[in-house]
Parts: sequence; structure tokens; C-alpha cells
Amino acid sequence: MREEGLYSDKVMDHFENPRNVGKIEDADGVGTVGNPVCGDVMKLYLKIEDDTIIDAKFKTFGCGAAIATSSMITELIKGKKIEEIKEITNKTVTEALGGLPKNKLHCSVLAEEAVEAALKDYYEKRG
Amino acid sequence: MKIVYLDNNATTPLHPEVLEEMLPFLKEDFGNPSSLHQFGRKVKVKIDEAREKVAGIIGADPSEIVFTGGGSEADNLAIKGVAFASKEKGRHIITSQIEHHAVLNTCKYLERNGYRITYIPVDKYGMVKPEDVAEAISDDTILITIHHSNNEIGTIQPIKEISKIAEERGIIFHTDAVQSLGKLPLNVDDMGVTLLSVSAHKLNGPKGVGACYIRKGIRRLHPLINGGNQEMKRRAGTENVAGIIGFSKACEIASACMEEERERLISLRDKLQNGLTEKISHVRLNGHPTERLPTTLNMSFEYVEGETLMINLDLEGIAVSTGSACSSGSLEPSHVLVAMGIPYEVIHGSLRFSLGRENTEEDIERVLEVLPPIVEKVRKMSPLWEE
Ligand code: FES
Repeated sequence: MREEGLYSDKVMDHFENPRNVGKIEDADGVGTVGNPVCGDVMKLYLKIEDDTIIDAKFKTFGCGAAIATSSMITELIKGKKIEEIKEITNKTVTEALGGLPKNKLHCSVLAEEAVEAALKDYYEKRG
Repeated sequence: MKIVYLDNNATTPLHPEVLEEMLPFLKEDFGNPSSLHQFGRKVKVKIDEAREKVAGIIGADPSEIVFTGGGSEADNLAIKGVAFASKEKGRHIITSQIEHHAVLNTCKYLERNGYRITYIPVDKYGMVKPEDVAEAISDDTILITIHHSNNEIGTIQPIKEISKIAEERGIIFHTDAVQSLGKLPLNVDDMGVTLLSVSAHKLNGPKGVGACYIRKGIRRLHPLINGGNQEMKRRAGTENVAGIIGFSKACEIASACMEEERERLISLRDKLQNGLTEKISHVRLNGHPTERLPTTLNMSFEYVEGETLMINLDLEGIAVSTGSACSSGSLEPSHVLVAMGIPYEVIHGSLRFSLGRENTEEDIERVLEVLPPIVEKVRKMSPLWEE
């Protein structure tokens, strides 16, 4: 566990150069989730073909940790099968980022929930 | 990269002349002012001089100044000191919703210990209405404590009007003037206060030293720290000599150039405010448009989150602070901005720029150059912005 208030180099890298920011106009699944703890919002867009995430983009209104986890999760799910990404939890994302300050762990939950919500939307759209 | 420090309401750098003045007392002049030999006597004289200077800047008598271990201790001494001493008389205290935590949490502590506290709301500028204070008074009110100016938004409270109400009802009035000292002319008689707290490190003095002004003739005030006879028995413990000397020097410097410094800071502050308003859309001022500390500018940049802005600025060497929930340890948004009725999302995007003696025109220009593209970049990332 890192000291409170200190972001790892990995987090800072994703914060400064967030990957996959933006929106997919013809997304197959879109998930919007809010963070009840501090009121932040994340929106995740997925492009899915043959049960595979071929593209992912995000928009996030939140702190450094929220932005870094959003960016990281898009990296983690891109190119993966839906079955595989169901295994990804906020812990996976946090670990991939080299840890988060204790009081920022809740921000990574946002990313996990966004994936769930986007997949749900995908299934609903497909019927 | 040039470092731009714009967090002077949090703390200020030590003035080089203050440091100079302090050094002998950390070296050869190490005596204990309570000692009767030459080592002690030499230091005692200096402490007396320091007390005169600090008293001078607020128009008090030296005998009315008690040195403390900072602003928070001064607040605690004033509030608990009165509460404990007057508990037979009453147990009701009036304060505001936007006090510094040193006052707010002291009141909450008393609340858990059998006192009744009224937290007066504020208007959208963060100002307390004197008539609300008058209305809150009851037969058992023993103390009114309302800060002089707010550290987050800079709004200056109508202290004179509140003190008049307190005086008419014979109630002790305390004000936390930590943010105002050295920036605004303060006179205890003019303000009509009974008690007042100040701190050294907000005006380029050292940390860990402050003072409580206690008006002559005030009824008993319980000390927080019992022990020796220092500070007229109101605060035991061997004096923080170097700190007190540094504090008095900081007061001396601040009062010598207060007027011109005030004008200079107001013009820098307004340049920053106008520049940001011009260059960035959807910004708003948090705080009173005119009744505000020369040092303080709090603005919300809508659709973005403050911690994100703050870290981006930090990466550019610019230090500011934010009222966003994300940046507070408790994940609660600023209690001050909440009390002003500002919507949560807007509080989220708040930044506080607080200026000090070292800031220059170039500092402001640097912020004006760096912040607009940061806001633009972060807004592009925001799901609220597109909608
Ligand atoms: S999003 Fe608010 S603390 Fe991380």
C-alpha cells in the first residue's frame, strides 16, 4: 500500500497521457456510472465484434486516480474476449497501476462498474 | 521551470529578515526567560518587546497578548477557555457554518460535552448576517465566535456589527483573525472584540507560534495548559522564544508595508480573476466580489474536477489548492462552499489561488498561460462537458 496522497509513476503516466480518451459514435455498448463517494462520473464506450473488444474509449469526470484507472482499464480490455474481461476487477486495475493510495481505492471501482454497465448495455442492445 | 507558489493561505515562506532575527535565539541567546540570571533576563527583555510589537499591530495592550503554539491553539484557548469558565452561567455558543476547523471542531468537541452550539448559515457570498446572530442569542449564550475572514474564499465578515450585538447583550465575542493579520488593518477596539486569534506563519513568520488577544477585565478564562506562571498563567510552558521573536518581526514587516502591499495584491488578484474569466468559459467566482481578502481568489471551473486541475498545475510548477471532495482526506467537499449553497459539481471544480508577498506579475501571467489549456484538456476528458 502506498502512502496516502502519493500517486505511483504508473498512475502519473496514465494521468498525464491518458490512453483512449474520447467517444465511439457507433459504440456497441456504453456504460455510464457515478461514484457515490465523491460524485464522479465515468462513461465507457465499447466496440465489440465476435465477442471481442475491438475498441474502447472513455470520458471521466474525476480525480487523478479516476482518470488513471479509466485509462488503464481501456488498455486492459482492448483486444480481449468478453469472457476474459469479466475476470477483470478493480483490483486488477489497481495492481496494473502499481497501487493506489488507500483513500483512492474507491475510484477504481468506477472502472470495473463501467465495464459491467457497458456490457449490460451491449447485451440489451443485441436483445 | 519557475515555481509559482499560490497557496499562501495554507502557509507562507519565512521572510529572510524574520529568520535573521530568530537565529540568535536558536544559538547563543538560549536562556529561559523565567531565569533570573543574565541569560534569562536578556531573553525576557526580548519577549517583552515582541509582545509590544504584536500587541501594537492589533491596537492592544501588551498585557492582553498570550503567545500560543499557533492559531489553532489560540482558537481552542479562547473557545474552551470561555466555555469552561462560564459553564455555570450558560452552555450555549454561537458560531458560523464556515469557520476554520480549529473553531468548528472545538465547538463540536464542546457539543459532545454538554454544550449547545448554533451554527449560523451564510449567504451565497459566504457572509454571515448579523441579524441571524442576534436571533440565535438566548439567555444562556456565553460566547459568539465568528471568524474575521475566510481562508477558502476570502470573504470578510461584518465583525463590527456582530460585536455590537454581542456587546449589547453582554456576550463575549471571539474572532479568528488568522487570515486577516498583516493583510487588513485590525484594531481590537475598533472591531469591539473580546478575544482574537492570530498565527505567525500566515504572514511570513515561523510555524508553531500564534497569539490570543484577551481583553483586559474579561472574566475568568480557563487555561488549556496548566503548569508554570508563563503568559500571565494563561499558557504554561517555557516560551517558544525564537518563534515569538520571529512572529513579532513578521508583524513589524507586515504593518510597515500593509497599505502598498494590499494594493499590489489586489491588482495581482484581479488580474488573475479577470484573465481567467476572459480566457476560460464557464468559470465562476466563489466568495464576495468586493468584501474579500486581497490575497484570495477562489474560482470554479465547471465540468472538471479540482484535484485533476491541481495536479496538472503542480506538474507545471504551480501550487494551488482545491475544495473538491476528491482531494480531501474525508472525501467530503469543502464545508465552506457547501454552506454557500454551491452545487456539488461546481464545488468539485473549485481552485483556490492565494497570493503572498513573493508573488509577481510574471507569476500571474504564467498561470494565465498554463491554466486555460489544462482546463480545455481536462474538459475534453469530461463526460459532463459533451452533454
Ligand atoms: S474520483 Fe473522487 S476521489 Fe477519485
